[in-house]
Amino acid sequence: MTGFFSSGPVHVALGAGAAAAVVSGVVGVFVVLRGQSFAGHALGDLGTLGGSGAFLANVNPLWGFVGVGAVVAGAMELFGVQRRRGRDVATGVVLGAALGVSALLLYLDTTTTSTAGATVTVLFGSLFSASPSSVPEMAGLAAAGVAVVAALYRPLLLSSVHPELASVRGVPVRLVALGFLVLVGVTVALTSMVVGTILSPALLVGPAAGALRVSRRPPVAMAVAAALGLAATWAGVVLSYLSDRWPPSHAGWPVSFFVVACVFVTYLAADLPGAIRRRRARRGPCSPG
Amino acid sequence: MAHAWVVGTIVGVVAGVVGFFVVLRGASFVAHAVPLSSFAGAAGAGLLGIDAVAGLAVVAPLAALSIGWLGRRRRSDVVTALVVAVLLGLGSLFLAWSNEYAAEVYGLLFGDILGVGTGQIWLSVALGAAGLAGVAAVYRPLLLSSVAPEPAASRGVRGGLVEVLFLLLVSLVTAMSVPVVGALLMFALMVGPPAAARSLARSPARAMALGAGIALVTVWTSIAASYLTTWPIGFFVGVTAAALFGAARAWTALRG
Repeated sequence: MTGFFSSGPVHVALGAGAAAAVVSGVVGVFVVLRGQSFAGHALGDLGTLGGSGAFLANVNPLWGFVGVGAVVAGAMELFGVQRRRGRDVATGVVLGAALGVSALLLYLDTTTTSTAGATVTVLFGSLFSASPSSVPEMAGLAAAGVAVVAALYRPLLLSSVHPELASVRGVPVRLVALGFLVLVGVTVALTSMVVGTILSPALLVGPAAGALRVSRRPPVAMAVAAALGLAATWAGVVLSYLSDRWPPSHAGWPVSFFVVACVFVTYLAADLPGAIRRRRARRGPCSPG
Repeated sequence: MAHAWVVGTIVGVVAGVVGFFVVLRGASFVAHAVPLSSFAGAAGAGLLGIDAVAGLAVVAPLAALSIGWLGRRRRSDVVTALVVAVLLGLGSLFLAWSNEYAAEVYGLLFGDILGVGTGQIWLSVALGAAGLAGVAAVYRPLLLSSVAPEPAASRGVRGGLVEVLFLLLVSLVTAMSVPVVGALLMFALMVGPPAAARSLARSPARAMALGAGIALVTVWTSIAASYLTTWPIGFFVGVTAAALFGAARAWTALRG
């Protein structure tokens, strides 16, 4: 383990992972409360467009993720149909078209430039190959994201749990929703740097959903979600580092796999106390459902 | 190429028919999630050195059923997102183990018209026939529970069972389509064309037939264009499906 703490890529991975985990815990609680997992997932997939375009233009994929995430999130909310089913189909169709274009960009990446691994890097992430300059950039974006949530906290919470009451009280519900989705877009961009675009929803939704099983109070849930996300990310980095010596290939297992697996385990573990309580309640007399 | 044409035709028809229920039930997320999760099956099959369709046929129903089972009580969208992520993570692990070439990974995700073998034609015919027979067998309860869940329940339709059958249908379409269209873009066929058809046709049977027709046009155009340009078929499927959906919406809007 002595090599672990002196390795440059490990420092970058731990720093970048921490920034993404904390902001996605805070934002993720609202994503789960608002039932926007599909939107978060769609934004992650759409980030593929930005990541593959960034590879083609030879810029840091972070800015591709952030740019596309923010723009697409805004467009989704503006064009989103108010009816839930209409939104479902609209998201699906837009997502299909964008993924199609991403396919073309990745194809051009692999044929016209020498980045043969672009597909795997963008889709499944490669935390160990993040550039050291990404860490301060990601930390800055994460801090900005947490600050926005803190500033918007009350209107956001009210319009999430009780939209009608919020609009009666004069909260601009549509505007809050627009701002929040842009924030989700930026957050997903950060998690995409850690685990790749198609795995990014796991880090956004998993710790937050687990935390909401532990506590229904949003501030507590946010802190727990950030802690769970951080634990899962760092555990993933450590395990991936250790897996260099594991079979079958001795080439190391992908860090994204470990992070996602840890997120899933913490989600199931967070559900255990509740499941035990439900079982006891079912056995006991006069249980309220 | 000829193989892709045959399999693509079957895929188009079955995806159009099953997609009608995807749109009706507002299940775009599930239709997107099941093919994505089944990527683990295709990657695992590559690791074991067996046909990708075999891996898909095992993992797609497993993914669909675990999404259905875990989502009964909890927030189903959260569970879906997590199951997808875990299976995709497993897929990336299998890929790391098997040292697949980037081109093969790419083909699994975005489709490959040259990746269809002779054996897959008969498999696709069998799976396609099973899919259409499945839709015909559960047509009435599926339609009723999609449009009006409560009256359906009072008429003795078991919503949970119908949901499971629906998920199995989606996984069936997935297993046959992913080798041609790719895991990431498969759902575009199950959402775009049926949604376009639904805004044009009024009766369910007509919407289904029209959806299958539009899906066929999408697949045929995509295969031809992919063959001519050597660009990935996923690009053409995603863009064509969206364009046809947009055209259908514009047509209904103009007619008022």
